[in-house]
Amino acid sequence: MTIDWTWIADHSADLTALSLSHLQAALSAVLFGLLISLPLAVVAHRVRALRGLLLGLSNVLFTIPSIAVFVLLLPVSGLTRTTTVIGLTVYTLVVLLRNTVEGLDSVPVKTKEAATAMGTRPLRVLLTVELPLALPVIMAGVRIATVMAISLVSVATYIGDGGLGQLFTDGFQRNYPTPVITGVALTLLLALIADALLVALQHVLTPWTRKRA
Amino acid sequence: MIQFQAVHKQFPNGTTAVHDLSLDLPEGGVTVLVGSSGCGKTTTLRMINRMVEPTSGTIRVAGKDVTEQDAAELRRSIGYVIQQAGLFPHRTVLDNIATVPLLLGWGRRKARARAAELLDTVGLTADAGKRYPHQLSGGQQQRVGVARALAADPPVLLMDEPFGAVDPVVRTQLQDELLRLQQELGKTIVFVTHDIDEAVRLGDRIAVFRTGGHLVQCAPPEELLARPADAFVADFLGAERGLKLLSLTGIAALPQGAAPDGGRWELLRDPAGKPLAWRDTDTDTETPVRPLKGTDSLLSALNESVASPTGLIARVDEDGVLTGVTDRDTIHDHANRLHVTASRDTLAADDADTLAADDADAPAAAVAVEAVEAVEATKGGGPA
Amino acid sequence: MYELLVDLGGWLTGPEQWSGSDGIGVRLLEHLQYSALATVVAAAIALPIGLLIGHTGRGAFLAINLSSFGRALPTVGLVVLVFLASGLSMTPVYVALVALAVPAIVTNTYAGMAAVDRDVKDAARGQGMRWHQVLFQVELPLALPLIMTGLRLALIQVVATATIAAYVSFGGLGRYVFDGLAQRDLVQVLGGAVLVAVLAVALDLLLAGAQRLLFRHRAPATA
Repeated sequence: MTIDWTWIADHSADLTALSLSHLQAALSAVLFGLLISLPLAVVAHRVRALRGLLLGLSNVLFTIPSIAVFVLLLPVSGLTRTTTVIGLTVYTLVVLLRNTVEGLDSVPVKTKEAATAMGTRPLRVLLTVELPLALPVIMAGVRIATVMAISLVSVATYIGDGGLGQLFTDGFQRNYPTPVITGVALTLLLALIADALLVALQHVLTPWTRKRA
Repeated sequence: MIQFQAVHKQFPNGTTAVHDLSLDLPEGGVTVLVGSSGCGKTTTLRMINRMVEPTSGTIRVAGKDVTEQDAAELRRSIGYVIQQAGLFPHRTVLDNIATVPLLLGWGRRKARARAAELLDTVGLTADAGKRYPHQLSGGQQQRVGVARALAADPPVLLMDEPFGAVDPVVRTQLQDELLRLQQELGKTIVFVTHDIDEAVRLGDRIAVFRTGGHLVQCAPPEELLARPADAFVADFLGAERGLKLLSLTGIAALPQGAAPDGGRWELLRDPAGKPLAWRDTDTDTETPVRPLKGTDSLLSALNESVASPTGLIARVDEDGVLTGVTDRDTIHDHANRLHVTASRDTLAADDADTLAADDADAPAAAVAVEAVEAVEATKGGGPA
Repeated sequence: MYELLVDLGGWLTGPEQWSGSDGIGVRLLEHLQYSALATVVAAAIALPIGLLIGHTGRGAFLAINLSSFGRALPTVGLVVLVFLASGLSMTPVYVALVALAVPAIVTNTYAGMAAVDRDVKDAARGQGMRWHQVLFQVELPLALPLIMTGLRLALIQVVATATIAAYVSFGGLGRYVFDGLAQRDLVQVLGGAVLVAVLAVALDLLLAGAQRLLFRHRAPATA
C-alpha cells in the first residue's frame, strides 16, 4: 500500500476545501451542543428529579448508530449540511451535558454559600461563581466532544456531506488507498490542532488552575 | 531499640527533610516527634519502616539495619497507624484488622479470631467488626487503625498524627486509651504530632524538630519543659510552659491537714466518707466539690483551689474516701517553685545560646538540675 | 411521521423478519458476537495498560493523549484503510472497533486507579503489602466501579459502531441499515437503528445492574 504523492499535490485545493468544510461542520455541532446542554445541565444540576431523566435520555441518544441518526434526519432536513450538523450535535450532547453537570457538581457548596452570604443573587452566583469554577470540567467535555465530532463527520458522507469522509468512499470504490490515508491523516491533524487550541483557550480562561503564575 | 546514625534525607527536588540525625529510641517507651509542618518529623518516622529511604546514614531496629531487610517483611513486623486511619473501604472492619496476620499467612480463621480479640482491646463491640469503615465514626475508625497495627503483635508501633483528624473530646479519649494500652503492652512507640500538649501528655521522651530537618532537643517532657535547649524550643513549648510542667507533677507529696470543723464552711460527706460539697453555714448554700487523688496533677489542684470557695482542695484515696485537705497557699508555693525554676532555666538557656559557654551560668544550671530532680521525685508519688 | 412509526412497528413485529438465516435473531447474535469479541480484545489490551499507568503514576500524560488520539481516528476511514490493506475479512471491522474501545477503557481505568485514596495506598504499603498485593487487593477492587464504567462506555460505543461490519459486506444489525440505505427503504434503516439502540441500552442496563449488585456494600461516591 503506497501513497501516491502526486495525487495529493494535484488535489491540494480540494483537500483544503474539504478540511475547512469538515472543521466547520464539527465546530458548529459543538457550538450548538454547548448552547443546548448548558441550560439543560443547569436544570439537571438543580432539579434532582430531572437529572436522571436528562442524563439517561442523552445516553440513549448516544447508543443509536451515528449512520442511523443521519438517515433518520433525512426526511426532516434532506441531503444538506444541516443534517450533518444536527446529527453531530446529538452526539456532542452526551459528553457536554454529563461534563457540565459534573462540573457544576464539583463546585464546593461552601464557595456558593459564601457568594450568597455576601448578597449575590442566584443568577449572578451561577454566572460569576459556579460556571467559572466548573470551567475546567466543562472544557474537558468540550475537548472530548470536539475531537469526537471531528472524527464522526466522515460518517455523514453516506448521506452526502461528510467533509473528509468523501475521501474514504472515493478510495473504497476505486480500491485506491491514497485518498483514504490522506483523509485519516487530515482528520487526525484537524483533531490535534483543535484540541491544542482548546487547551490554550482553557489556559487563558482559567488562570487560577495554573501551578505557577 | 531504634537507632538513627547520621541519617540524612534529601528529596529529589533538593529539599532536605532530615539533617544528619543521630538518635536512640529506648525500648518500651513512647517517643514523640514534634515540630511544625515541614520539619522532617514524618519523614523520620517513615524511614523506620522504609516508606522513605534515607539518602545516607543507618537506621537499626532491634540491632538490625532496616535497609538490609526485605521492605515488606520489615513493615509486617512494625505496626503503622496514620491520620484518617487509611482503612481499606472495601473490607469489613474485622478483615481490615486481620490484614497483617493474613499477609503473614496465619490463615483466615486464626487471623479473624485475633482480629476479634483486638476489637475488644481497643474498645469496640464485636458488632462493629462486621461493618464497613465508612459506617463508623472518625474516632472508631481510628481505633480500628490502632487495632490493625497491633494485630500481629509487633514490638514497634509507628503512629503518624493518628488523632489529628478527630475532635478534641474524642482525641482526649483516644489518648487515654493509648496510655492504658501502652501500660498493658509496653510497645516501643514512635508518635508524630504537631500538638505540643499531645506530646507532653503521651511522651516518655519528646524530640523537637526545627524546619530543615534539624533535631533540636530530645528529652523527657519534664526536662524539656524545665530546661528547653534554646529559644526555639521554649517558643515551641509556648507561654504556658510552666503550667504544662504543673500538669506533669502529681500531688501525692503535697502535705495535707484535717478538714475544717465548726467554722463557716463545712465539708459534706456521704456515709462512706466521700466528699460531696462545701456547705456555707451562714447562707445555707452548697458548692459541689471535685475531690483529687494523689495521681491528679498539680495543675488540677491549682485549678480546684481557685474554684473552691474555701481555697481548700479535698484529698481522697484510691476509693474516693476523704484523707484530708490542702490549702491554696501550699499548692501555690509548690507551683511557684516549679514555675520560678522553669523561667530561670529559660534565661540560662538563652544566655548559653548567645554567650556560648559562660562559667557564670554554672550555678543556675545546677539549680535547674535540682529542680528537675524534685519534679521527678514528686511525680514518682503516683504513676502519671 | 405517524405512518412511519406504524410501518416501523409492522417491520419489527413481522414474523418474516425474525426467522431464517438473515432474520433479526441471527443478525442480533452476529452483532453480539462482533461486539463481545472486540470489547474483550480491547479490554485485554487496555486494562493492563491502565492498571500499570495508574499503579506507577508514570506515563499518564502519554496515556491520556494517546486515548485522545484514538478518539480522533475516523472509524469509517480506519475500516476502509485496513480493508484495502488486508482484503475482505472481518479484520478491518475488529481493528476499528478495538481502536474505538481501547481509549475509553484506558482512561477510565487510569482515572479509577488515580482516584484511590493516597492514605489507603500508603497504609497498604505500610502494613507490608508487596506491590502486586497493593495492586490486586487494594487498588483494583477500589478502582473497579470506574473500570466498569469504562467497559460499559466502550461496549455501548462498540455495539453502536459494529453497524459498520455491514459496510464491508458482513452481517450484524448493520445489514438492515446499509441494505435499507441502498434500497431507499427508510423503515428498514429505522428498524436496524432501533434494534442497535435497544441492544446497547439493554446491555448497559444489564452491566449497570451487575455493577450495583457487586458493589452494594460500598461507601457512597468518594470511598
